[in-house]
Amino acid sequence: MSTFLDVYYSLNYSEIEKLIFGASKRDVLYALRKASNGEVIENYFALFSPAADEYLEQMAQLSHAITRRRFGNIIQLYAPLYLSNECANCCAYCGFNRNNNIERITLTVEQIEREAHLLYRQGFRHILLVSGEHRGKLPLETLAEIASRIHRNFSSVSIEVYPMDEDEYAKMISSGVDGLTIYQETYNKNVYETVHPAGPKRDFDWRLAAPDRGGRAGFRKIGIGALLGLSNWRLDGYYTALHARYLTKTYWRSHIQISFPRLRPAEGNFHTPSPVTDRQLVHLICAMRLILPDAGLVLSTREPASLRDHIMPLGITTMSAGSRTEPGGYSNPEGAGKQFEVEDRRSPAEVAESILKHGFDPVWKDWDRTFIH
Amino acid sequence: MDTQSTRMCEKINNDVLTIAEKRFTSRLFLGTGKFSSIKIMCDAIRESGTEMVTVALRRVDLDNPDDELLQAIHSFTNIQLLPNTSGARDASEAVRIARLTREMGGNGWIKLEVTPDPHYLLPDPVETLKAAEILVKEGFTVLPYINADPILAKRLEEVGCATVMPLGSPIGSNRGLKTIENIRIIIEMARVPVVIDAGLGAPSDAALAMEIGADAVLVNTAIATSGNPALYARAFKKAVEAGREAFLAGKPAELTTASASSPLTGFLR
Repeated sequence: MSTFLDVYYSLNYSEIEKLIFGASKRDVLYALRKASNGEVIENYFALFSPAADEYLEQMAQLSHAITRRRFGNIIQLYAPLYLSNECANCCAYCGFNRNNNIERITLTVEQIEREAHLLYRQGFRHILLVSGEHRGKLPLETLAEIASRIHRNFSSVSIEVYPMDEDEYAKMISSGVDGLTIYQETYNKNVYETVHPAGPKRDFDWRLAAPDRGGRAGFRKIGIGALLGLSNWRLDGYYTALHARYLTKTYWRSHIQISFPRLRPAEGNFHTPSPVTDRQLVHLICAMRLILPDAGLVLSTREPASLRDHIMPLGITTMSAGSRTEPGGYSNPEGAGKQFEVEDRRSPAEVAESILKHGFDPVWKDWDRTFIH
Repeated sequence: MDTQSTRMCEKINNDVLTIAEKRFTSRLFLGTGKFSSIKIMCDAIRESGTEMVTVALRRVDLDNPDDELLQAIHSFTNIQLLPNTSGARDASEAVRIARLTREMGGNGWIKLEVTPDPHYLLPDPVETLKAAEILVKEGFTVLPYINADPILAKRLEEVGCATVMPLGSPIGSNRGLKTIENIRIIIEMARVPVVIDAGLGAPSDAALAMEIGADAVLVNTAIATSGNPALYARAFKKAVEAGREAFLAGKPAELTTASASSPLTGFLR
């Protein structure tokens, strides 16, 4: 069965690099004109090029306008719920790396329900279940049980866990999960193999085709993204856009979302190989909006409050708030090892207030559990 | 009496829109998504003079008796609440959502939206027809959102829908009446009210829809995302009224050639 792997391997990474770094002003202006006419941008590589850097303000204006027309003046809120920090992988950048000496825990179903209840009381109705990759500690059946319990109270349940096969994804959906989030981390295969030296995650292809398996299983939302800082942001941006366009066409019933996680300090003191500046982050978000007018664009609490407030109008549709990245962290902060340091430490109510102050309606519920029977 | 002569009578008497025996003096319906706050939405509703607003069940928290959005709309006493099935991907989902909306109020009125593609949000004609049949049998007052397809409009009318709601252009696009030729046919053929839903970006778009004989229009994005939603809502109100009056008065025929005041054949008289 064909997957994104066919598209990915039909392209030559260094040719794409040449294309992006060789783009001219004329290429950029052509792409911008297409975007402002509401037409499909065929040469979207140009928007990630160095030549596009000086057009950031124009891109931001267009991105803002397109987002308002398509999504209105609203920002959707969600919260991550960490289930476990036990992991079979050794991703160099991640606090959950199996070689790190942190307090390990997998929450019981009762503990998870307690955490979920706290989030519910804060107002959340959209929840993202996150876990380290450890099938032994968190088997599929347990995940399904957790999902179906959470689904009783929450309007929307998404998962960000180990990649599964199509049948397993279908089981998650029938347990009440409507959204799948799976980041490729980087589309540069060499860098990918360097930062994932061992463990199941080392299999680049299995992960890259996971959104296809999720799409075939029928998830309503599919979230992808690159972990910014691992490799060149222009190339990872281009490949993310390519991937998102492929998914949009292939799994046309699913809503595609793109996240922009920037590497944060974490246990293990990983040195960020290709740091991404604030300006570059904004560039990525705006370019993505021009290329994918209908995609959900997500910005998490990895970014500091003031930056999140500034970026809010530029194309973002979805934000997390009050996040804890250690399992059990909502009822017992700092009890276990966390995945990374959160930057925006405001409470969900404070984030919602700030959203309102910036002229947007903070939306806690924009889905209904009835969609999944 | 056929629709044409019904319209002639209405023209002379007071001009009221009747849907499923309920009477409306305003022919502007409002959507409630995309507003930057509930207060701004309420201001727009007030200025628009609307008597019917649609609300997505997916946005309403039925577990919460103090749901702000629903409370805000219930605070308007003269407004018919029209719950919608936004997000439904097929007939069975739409039917399930519709049944739940009974808890929202609205007396069983439902705006049927079946949009399997989350990008352009275009309605699925096959699933919409299936869902409409079921919901009408269950006693709902069904107002289906459809592409501007005249045959589909007739099929929905035949299964007992209260209106048809063809789109002017893709939802949220603000591109106006791009489907005008098919909409003219739908209006000509319809025995139920025709409400133009989706794509109207400017008051002039709404005026045009009313001039060609639409019974009402539904607007959301254009108002919600305007610089001043309340003022833009008022502008739409006026445009809808102007368009309606123009329709009732009867637009003079357009000629493709000039009509000379000294005709060349005048000497023949």
